[in-house]
Amino acid sequence: MSLIEITEVRKSFGPNEVLKGINLDVEPGEVIAIIGKSGSGKSTLLRCINGLEMISGGSISVAGAQLLDDQLHLKTLRLKVGMIFQQFNLFPHLTVGGNVILSQTVVKKTAAKTAEAMARKMLDRVGLGHKFDAYPDELSGGQQQRVAIARALAMEPIALLCDEITSALDPELVAEVLAVVRELAAEGMTLLMVTHEMKFARDVCSRVVFMHQGRVHEIGPPGEVFSNPQTPELKQFLGVH
Amino acid sequence: MTEFTLWDILRNLLLATRWTIVLSLVSFVGGGAVGLLLLFARISARKAVRVFARCYIELFQGTPLLMQLFIAFFGLGLFGIAVPAWLAAGVALILWAASFLAEIWRGCVEAIAKGQWEASASLGMGRLQQMRYVILPQAMRIAIPPTVGFSVQVIKGTALTSIIGFVELSKAGTVVTNATFQPFTVYGLVALIYFALCWPLSKSSQILERKLNVAHRNH
Repeated sequence: MSLIEITEVRKSFGPNEVLKGINLDVEPGEVIAIIGKSGSGKSTLLRCINGLEMISGGSISVAGAQLLDDQLHLKTLRLKVGMIFQQFNLFPHLTVGGNVILSQTVVKKTAAKTAEAMARKMLDRVGLGHKFDAYPDELSGGQQQRVAIARALAMEPIALLCDEITSALDPELVAEVLAVVRELAAEGMTLLMVTHEMKFARDVCSRVVFMHQGRVHEIGPPGEVFSNPQTPELKQFLGVH
Repeated sequence: MTEFTLWDILRNLLLATRWTIVLSLVSFVGGGAVGLLLLFARISARKAVRVFARCYIELFQGTPLLMQLFIAFFGLGLFGIAVPAWLAAGVALILWAASFLAEIWRGCVEAIAKGQWEASASLGMGRLQQMRYVILPQAMRIAIPPTVGFSVQVIKGTALTSIIGFVELSKAGTVVTNATFQPFTVYGLVALIYFALCWPLSKSSQILERKLNVAHRNH
């Protein structure tokens, strides 16, 4: 059984069908890059996996937790997959430490002391242990994104969804975030990332998914997908002729 | 004929001002509590609850406060329930204030970026937890200035309760005028007292707005 099973998933916004039957199975420890033009449905697919968008058809399960539209199932599912966003979405009224502690104490009912120790450990892991008492608006974009990663990791998920996590960053800050992701991948974390960083996808990912018009158009190891694209759409997307 | 000094007039008005203040506080605090419930109903996940809250708010915002006072005072009387003026005044003002506060606060909650809901949901929080720990603490900051501003409306709203016979500042003004035949002096003083109550509130609302905006600079 795969860790993440996406079967015949369909999603429509009104009359507009964005996902037209997606099938994708992800094994534990895999790092998957989802690439494609904007509007191809790649972000929507990611948001469906943890129930931020409800699917119109098909099924999704993560380590046995089904995606169903009720609070209990959603919570079970979301405890298994963390998500990191393009806009960081840190809680501006809490310190860096508070951001990482909050969901542990509120959702998992972890004792305050344990949660703080976990927060410090995760912040150290992303190289920001010294910013524990700072507020998000005192950090650079790259630092904020690393805090967001620490916040997701503190919930001990089995997989992470990364939705264009470097797209809102200044070019010089991209590397520090990717370095953290690269480390996570090396430690065996299962990752699904929508990304425009082709070089990173080629270096780190085990498989690349090319989406086009709501379907998985091509899929394979990065070597194949990037060096030997089969369809004209992927060739055009990659700029090879 | 008895002569009334200015102090006689002022003293009686100030005694009645106590009731204006008490009624304002009751309306504001009670309206805040009911308003908070309405706010949750207004943004509830269930459609029927949302529709109920919207109808309530539109009904109370779309009819004059005076009519609401009449209905609370005379309406229940029709069913043989004797409602004292203070009770009718308190209930009507609480329900009226709640409809406005709920709508002010809804605006503040909706001003919080969608990403805050998504991030907290992704971390596994339920709707109430999201509100309690993530959304309301941020919404409260922006809600303080308009809420304090609205308290001025509540104070001025209490003047209407004089019509159903509740003796607060305005009603006392009428009573004192009838005894002294000095309407200009009496109502002038009444107006000054209202101003003394309201002006510090509107001023502090302005100051709070400026202060909280500075604290909000980078978000």
